[in-house]
Amino acid sequence: MDKKTDLLQGTLDLLILRTIALEPMHGWAIGQRIQQISKDVLQVQQGSLYPALHRLEHRGLVKTEWGPSDNNRRAKFYSLTRAGRKQLEAERASWQRLAAAVAEVLETA
Amino acid sequence: MQWLNAMVDSARSLLRRRSKEQGLDEELRFHLDRQIEQNLGAGMTPAEARYAAMRSFGNAALLREETREAWGLGTLDVWRQDLKYGLRMLGKNPALAVIATLTLGLGIGANTALFSVVNGVLLNPLPFPQPDQLLMLHESKPNFEAGAIPYPNFVDWQNENRTFSSIALARGYAFSLTGIGEPERLQGEWVTASFFGTLGVRPALGRDFTSSDDQFGAGPTVMISASLWKRKFGAAPDTIGKTMTLDGKAYTIVGVVPASFDLRVWNFRASDVYAPIRLWGHPGLKNRQAALGLHGIGRMKPGVTVAQARADLQRIAASLAAAYPDADRGTTANVVPLKQSIVGDVQPFLWVLLGAVGLVLLIACVNVANLLLARATGRTREFAIRVALGAGRSRVIRQLLTESLLLALLGGGLGLLLAWWGTGAGLAALPTALPRASEVGLDGRVLIFAVAISLLSGILFGLAPALRISKAELHEVLKEGGRGSSGGNHRAHGALVVVEVALALVLLAGAGLMLRSLARLWKVDPGFDPGNVLNFSVTFPPSLMKSGPAAVRGYIRGLDEKMESTPGVESVSLLWGAFPMWDEDDWTFWLEGQPKPQSESEMDWALHYVVEPGYLKTMRIPLERGRFFTDQDDERSPYVVVVDDVLASKFFPGQNPIGRRIILSGGGYPPAEIIGVVGHVKQWGLDSDDQNPLRAQFYESLRQQPDAAIALVPGLGVGVAVRTAGSPAGMIGPLSRGLHEMNAEQVVYGFKTMNDIISDSVADRRFSMILLGAFAALALVLASVGIYGVISYLVGQRTQEIGIRVALGAQQRDVLRLVLGDGARMTLVGVAAGLLAALGLTRFMARYSLLFGVTATDPLTFAGVALLLTAVALAACYIPARRALAVDPLVALRCE
Repeated sequence: MDKKTDLLQGTLDLLILRTIALEPMHGWAIGQRIQQISKDVLQVQQGSLYPALHRLEHRGLVKTEWGPSDNNRRAKFYSLTRAGRKQLEAERASWQRLAAAVAEVLETA
Repeated sequence: MQWLNAMVDSARSLLRRRSKEQGLDEELRFHLDRQIEQNLGAGMTPAEARYAAMRSFGNAALLREETREAWGLGTLDVWRQDLKYGLRMLGKNPALAVIATLTLGLGIGANTALFSVVNGVLLNPLPFPQPDQLLMLHESKPNFEAGAIPYPNFVDWQNENRTFSSIALARGYAFSLTGIGEPERLQGEWVTASFFGTLGVRPALGRDFTSSDDQFGAGPTVMISASLWKRKFGAAPDTIGKTMTLDGKAYTIVGVVPASFDLRVWNFRASDVYAPIRLWGHPGLKNRQAALGLHGIGRMKPGVTVAQARADLQRIAASLAAAYPDADRGTTANVVPLKQSIVGDVQPFLWVLLGAVGLVLLIACVNVANLLLARATGRTREFAIRVALGAGRSRVIRQLLTESLLLALLGGGLGLLLAWWGTGAGLAALPTALPRASEVGLDGRVLIFAVAISLLSGILFGLAPALRISKAELHEVLKEGGRGSSGGNHRAHGALVVVEVALALVLLAGAGLMLRSLARLWKVDPGFDPGNVLNFSVTFPPSLMKSGPAAVRGYIRGLDEKMESTPGVESVSLLWGAFPMWDEDDWTFWLEGQPKPQSESEMDWALHYVVEPGYLKTMRIPLERGRFFTDQDDERSPYVVVVDDVLASKFFPGQNPIGRRIILSGGGYPPAEIIGVVGHVKQWGLDSDDQNPLRAQFYESLRQQPDAAIALVPGLGVGVAVRTAGSPAGMIGPLSRGLHEMNAEQVVYGFKTMNDIISDSVADRRFSMILLGAFAALALVLASVGIYGVISYLVGQRTQEIGIRVALGAQQRDVLRLVLGDGARMTLVGVAAGLLAALGLTRFMARYSLLFGVTATDPLTFAGVALLLTAVALAACYIPARRALAVDPLVALRCE
């Protein structure tokens, strides 16, 4: 809702897209995976995760499917759509450019 | 098209909402369970695991809210929520909802009803193709802007004009229909063949007239109304080609006029039969001096302006005046847009009424604003909490406005019902007061108007509480505890009361002046005694038309004797020519001893009444000098006339007119000796007779009329005035039965009491007075309810203060003064503001001569309504003041 979360939000979207690029995952697993890979640096709050997932779905970047989870319960799995895959490529590139630029400034200035 | 997709999407997701909600629930439950599992795996106890998982979820409601927003339900959903919440709030406080809905319903209903009248009468185009091309045509004479057109002049206008695609004439006439059921009097019009074509009206069946129908000596043809076609011919298609007997002559029916055709302008009325004017055979049709009450209608060619059309006809009129100075010197042509001719008189009345009813709605809005303001103050805490919980201020204001709009739409719906019912009932009660009354109804424009004023009122009265909330320091409210805020709020209420009182005063002043005008008007002496006078018309049996003047004179005597011998009849007179406030007829003359004037326009004009000896007694017109007609003044005795005091003092100032002679124009009349002077009769109505240039009047005796004139009586029929011993309406039955017995072929019709004729002559004033009075009464009630509400509310707010004052020794008197003083102050400020505003309205009313006999600043009216309003307002304050007196200081102090 607030303006200042814009960056954060975009970043979360990017992380989600990247996480489910390999295989369909349900919400809880997505949160766990991001936390694991970032070695607990990034903790995704449920309060941000689910709105972000539903927003991505509404924008047509991810699709959902109900299926059995690893412990055989019904869970909602998210996977990338074609548009989502394109978006991921684009955002990843622009993120890397941004990160490189920020790093450059921090190193030299 | 993106917005369209978004909307479709939103709408669809609204429908899928239920399953989505369930899906989200399941998804979140799954997440929670997994978290609990993980926590258990980490060695927590089940209770701990559950608690930790719940906590990691944070604010679950907020999470759902934000997720739902991601579904794109956006505006629609928020709106739905507001609506649901608004309905719930209204349901919680049904008294407020009902009062507000009723108040608004009355206000919106009155406005919609009046707007539908304005819409039907003033705004809608006339129901003819290209109505802006239609003009009313008159020949203007020195005395008349809008005089009738002599037929030969009309023919020249028709042939020589360059700016009209066609022009037409019409003239009312009453036909006797015989041979189909009972003999019957039919309202008809003599028209030129071009009449319906000019208006653009096509026959529903058969054909229109052609110029070969409208020739002297042509075979008689007639067009009939759809209602006559239905009534007499069962709407049979083979009616065309049949004949019907009118005035004893067989007319072939060539066409049926559509049922939708309606026109009331000047002396033209949509009628049952229309016949080509040349079949009339009236000798006046060949006389350039005979006007015969013919008025014209013209359709301008496309692109021609009214000014060009006027100049064109005036050019022709000037050449006619040069060619026929005897008849046409001093005359010219005059054109008026048809719509203006039809609605011109009522326009200012309707605008005043629409303004007045707008004020009523404003008062209604102020009242509802007051109610909502009082409630909003009570709800300040609720809103403070909602804001504290994260609702945006705009969201809160939107919520308030949604509630207001909801109320407004409820009120609008009720108002529409009231308007639908009210216009029907009102127009049925006062059918003669308005032109185009049949065209008034609820159409698209009226519906849009109703919705628009509902929404506008909703925003208007919703704004006060919304502004109040948006200004309030909400966290202060929370700190303040339950006490609510005070101070500034009283000022808002006070301002609304002042506005309300001022608006009500404006309306009361307008209604008061109308009432006084009408009262003055009723007191005007019409010049005769209208009580117990019955009027009607009689047509003679068609057979009499060919039987010669002696038979007609005999028949007239028989009519008189038959009616005079009817029990309950005091006196009777047959009438011809003019009739007070009902039928105009004028005649030109010159004084004996003066040279005969060159042309008719240089002669003197007077209204002329052709009556019988019983007329003076029947109408109770005072005889001032000399004598009135007697039975001895008949066709064998010298020709005599009676004049009114206006003619006497105009033409014989300071002299005795008795024994002087006047010469009536038209030939065939011997010089007439003046034998008496009677009082003036207000021919032109109670209000405008004094301003009319044509006021002089003279009377002739019907029995003295020359043979040529008497021969016309059977064709034209006569009027009858009867003075009755008892109620005039009660004599309708005996008189019509008696006349039917005398001759079943004669038709008796058009019964009307003289008092009704006078009422009708002031119908538009009465219509405005009744409506304005009703609006003012409504305004007074609404304003006093409003003041009552505000003072009650303030007393309620100040219970504690009053308690302290009483505890400290304040007397009842002091408390009363405190509360009444508040009310009085607001009322007086309102009255003062209202007096100023009222001057604007009443000056407008005076400018358009809606007033009679009172000035726009009539002190009596203004003082009266100011006092009335103050008294009602103080009475409204008194009830809550009494309640304040009953405050028990102990209870009041403890009520914290």
